[in-house]
Amino acid sequence: MSTTEQSESQPSPTTATAANPTPTTAPARFWDRQRRLGVGVVLIGLIATVVFGPLAPSKTARFTLSEDAAGAALSINGQLGTILFGLVAVVAGGVLLAGLARRFQTTVLSLGILGFVLSFLCWQVAGKFLPLVDTASGTLQLAVPLVLGALAGVLGERSGVVNVAIEGQFLMGAFGAALVGTMATSVWLGLFSAAIGGVLIAAILAVLAIRYLVDQVVVGIVLNLLALGMTGFLYERLMQTDAQSYNQPPRMPEWRIPGLADIPVVGPVLFDTNLLVWLALILVFVIHFALTRTRWGLRTRAVGEHPTAADTVGIRVRGLRYLNVLLGGVIAGAGGAYFTLVATGSFNKNMTAGAGFIALAALIFGRWTPFGALGAALFFGFAQKLATYLSVAGSSVPSQFLNMLPYLATIIAVAGLVGRVRAPAADGQPYIKS
Amino acid sequence: MANDHIDLTVEPGEVHALLGENGAGKSTLMNQLYGLLQPDEGEVLVDGVARTFRSPRDAIAAGIGMVHQHFMLVPVFTVAENIALGAEKARAGFLDRRRARREVLEVSERYGLPVDPDALVENLPVGAQQRVEIVKALTRDVDLLILDEPTAVLTPQETGELLEVMRGLAAAGKSIVFITHKLKEVKEIADRITVIRRGRTVSSVPPETPEEELASLMVGRAVNLEITKAPAEPGREVLKISGLIVDDDRGVRAVDGVDLVVRAGEVLGVAGVQGNGQTELVEAVMGLREPRAGTIQVDNEDLIGMTTKHILRSGVGYVPEDRSHDGVVKEFTVAENLVLDQYDRAPYGNAWRLNPAAVATAARERVEQFDIRTSSPDATVSTLSGGNQQKVVVARELSRPLRLFIAAQPTRGVDVGSIEFIHGRIVRERDVGTAVLVVSSELDEVAGLADRIAVMYRGRILAIVSPDTPREEIGLLMAGITEPTAAPATPADGGDPASEGPAGDDADDDVDGHGVAEKGIK
Repeated sequence: MSTTEQSESQPSPTTATAANPTPTTAPARFWDRQRRLGVGVVLIGLIATVVFGPLAPSKTARFTLSEDAAGAALSINGQLGTILFGLVAVVAGGVLLAGLARRFQTTVLSLGILGFVLSFLCWQVAGKFLPLVDTASGTLQLAVPLVLGALAGVLGERSGVVNVAIEGQFLMGAFGAALVGTMATSVWLGLFSAAIGGVLIAAILAVLAIRYLVDQVVVGIVLNLLALGMTGFLYERLMQTDAQSYNQPPRMPEWRIPGLADIPVVGPVLFDTNLLVWLALILVFVIHFALTRTRWGLRTRAVGEHPTAADTVGIRVRGLRYLNVLLGGVIAGAGGAYFTLVATGSFNKNMTAGAGFIALAALIFGRWTPFGALGAALFFGFAQKLATYLSVAGSSVPSQFLNMLPYLATIIAVAGLVGRVRAPAADGQPYIKS
Repeated sequence: MANDHIDLTVEPGEVHALLGENGAGKSTLMNQLYGLLQPDEGEVLVDGVARTFRSPRDAIAAGIGMVHQHFMLVPVFTVAENIALGAEKARAGFLDRRRARREVLEVSERYGLPVDPDALVENLPVGAQQRVEIVKALTRDVDLLILDEPTAVLTPQETGELLEVMRGLAAAGKSIVFITHKLKEVKEIADRITVIRRGRTVSSVPPETPEEELASLMVGRAVNLEITKAPAEPGREVLKISGLIVDDDRGVRAVDGVDLVVRAGEVLGVAGVQGNGQTELVEAVMGLREPRAGTIQVDNEDLIGMTTKHILRSGVGYVPEDRSHDGVVKEFTVAENLVLDQYDRAPYGNAWRLNPAAVATAARERVEQFDIRTSSPDATVSTLSGGNQQKVVVARELSRPLRLFIAAQPTRGVDVGSIEFIHGRIVRERDVGTAVLVVSSELDEVAGLADRIAVMYRGRILAIVSPDTPREEIGLLMAGITEPTAAPATPADGGDPASEGPAGDDADDDVDGHGVAEKGIK
């Protein structure tokens, strides 16, 4: 290779490469991210131990492995558990704070948060019971629309189009499913029209954002309002007048997979449920692999990171963005169908009530990856499920606090406190050929 | 109109230099050839057949490849992914990564362009990124390779290697269009030179043409490439930097223990390949970036902790390296831009209101004094050429009494006429007793302006040398190679000597030898 010869043939045998970096020792910043996190975890741990602990009644907390109070259960004294798990959080926080176990930072952090959650649960459940299977399946069910919405976001944003209109796509999907599902008395036609509803919103978003370079966030917000107004109007004028013919869609059937459904805990949650749950979970895998392993995925990511580079190797930047936004519309629309075909069985004005924004939060909290979005959606789903449990159980903690959690978590994530959140570099930037 | 009836013919196996000033229309012409822009008139013939390129895809299909001035690489992708992008081989629907890697290695070996297919592009030095770009073009089987200002970001040594690669490619029968405004390189490598000025072909000349003639063809009049100045009369120490440590945006050490003194009445030039900490050094002095350690003093007054506004008001003038981003507000008028730093002071205004009459009067004076070519002081700055925008910045900064004047890349993207003018003003500022710090990645500029040259490499000042030092020696320093023999006349003013351990101690170090190419940046 020519370069080697060239530099070796330099006339100076005394040549030495200079001053290569052992970087000069600057006072390392003491309050790095791990230590700041440590402070937070110690604080929540202390709250759990010192505040929750004394408040918790010294009665047995039962976590039953079924859908009700019956059967086997994990039991612990409420007060003891509260204090014990609180201490776990304190210790985990202490480890972070002391700057130990840096390689296992995420694990220790998760442990701390888990300790806090369990401490909280022990306090709330003391003297009562919490059915684990019911909680798990409720969490999954609540997470389904969030996962689908967040996946729609992943598709759009990884190719560089910000999709704030997930809420609108949900509403259109829910409405379309209810209306067409009722008129055709078919769940599947309902699901199909839900997807069409999502695509309608996606198409407007795509054309305005990609073709006419309108600010994508503004378009998204406006589309949400459009969907809200339109479905609200049609609901009042059409569905309310004759619910029988327009707003009683058949419910999505629950399918039980023989064998698998008999596995304790996991079986009833995963294998005795409806198609949308499976669809959401399968899509997470499919989109993950497609993004990382296929031509489409490589190009999508290139377009979202550096569209000019993609253009110079002959990729149709705008075409790919259209495709992805529309695909996202299909998925988000199907997510909307969940509300009418699975959850309630009829459409209602503004029935999604901000779920689209929680999906958006899950997308960001999950760092724009399918599995991240799934994790975040499950976390948010759990918070919602717990909120319902608390209000039913007559807890002293207002359930609204738990409903705040997704937004709080997102603020924390976006503020960069938990890991570095890096959006696709060209996210939200229209591509203009120079 | 950027291109006005240009004719260009490139023969097979030929290195054809396209010479012209910034803004002469070289890149516009090549972007048409590569399908990124569509010509309004005229045609492109490839091997005698007329072709229209509606997109880069068509150009690639016709055997044309291009290495852009700003690299077209996705930073978060690996080298292999970047090279495969757009021409991916798939097997059963999935990307065939192994084959992509193999292809990269094959091409890289065949043309002597070492690249690591698994490295992330964002971690590569600029020189290596450029090799990736060339390999990317070569894997697409191009017959014609366009290199747009490829040497702008390279050390003299890396430039030498690139020219070597170009020779090899030409010998293998590829045609190369080499876009540049650097005369020396053109003369060294080109088989033929086409000069472009204001969107027109001026002439096509052989490489034997003398440099002066090429320069005057490029500019359209006789130019004086030399900077004339009297010997410096250094006075008191104005700027004193010691033990300065600054991190870049990613938290990576950018300035790594710099000690520097600039005296009144002298120009200290900082030479070095772009990205070796110069930007962060200047930003730290201007209060735009918080240093991790060290002190910065102007006339014994500490600057660290002061706001940028305060620093400017204490008599520091600053020409930022990125003019359109940090130098001017493009949507504002020339007059407004000229008082951006003083709008709230008499006579231009106070805390509550502006005095438009005073602003207008001052603007008329400056436009006159600094030869700013604008239709009116009330025209927005975006309507001005790069050179005149830069004159607006220089005029603003030199309009108040200064103790220290910092100019970062003062003539980047500026036409030759304006370069002469700006250089003249910098020298004049020195002569009235201001301490001047000039940072530039153009070695010619530093050597011409500076009374002392500090060579910066990987965040450290490797040496401070006199401007008469041979180019090759400075070039080696820019690549991080110090020669003990060069030391006596030039007291090394590097970082902390105690920490300068033996080379080759850790993984982030390159293997010696071909490492020279790797050590461009970061």
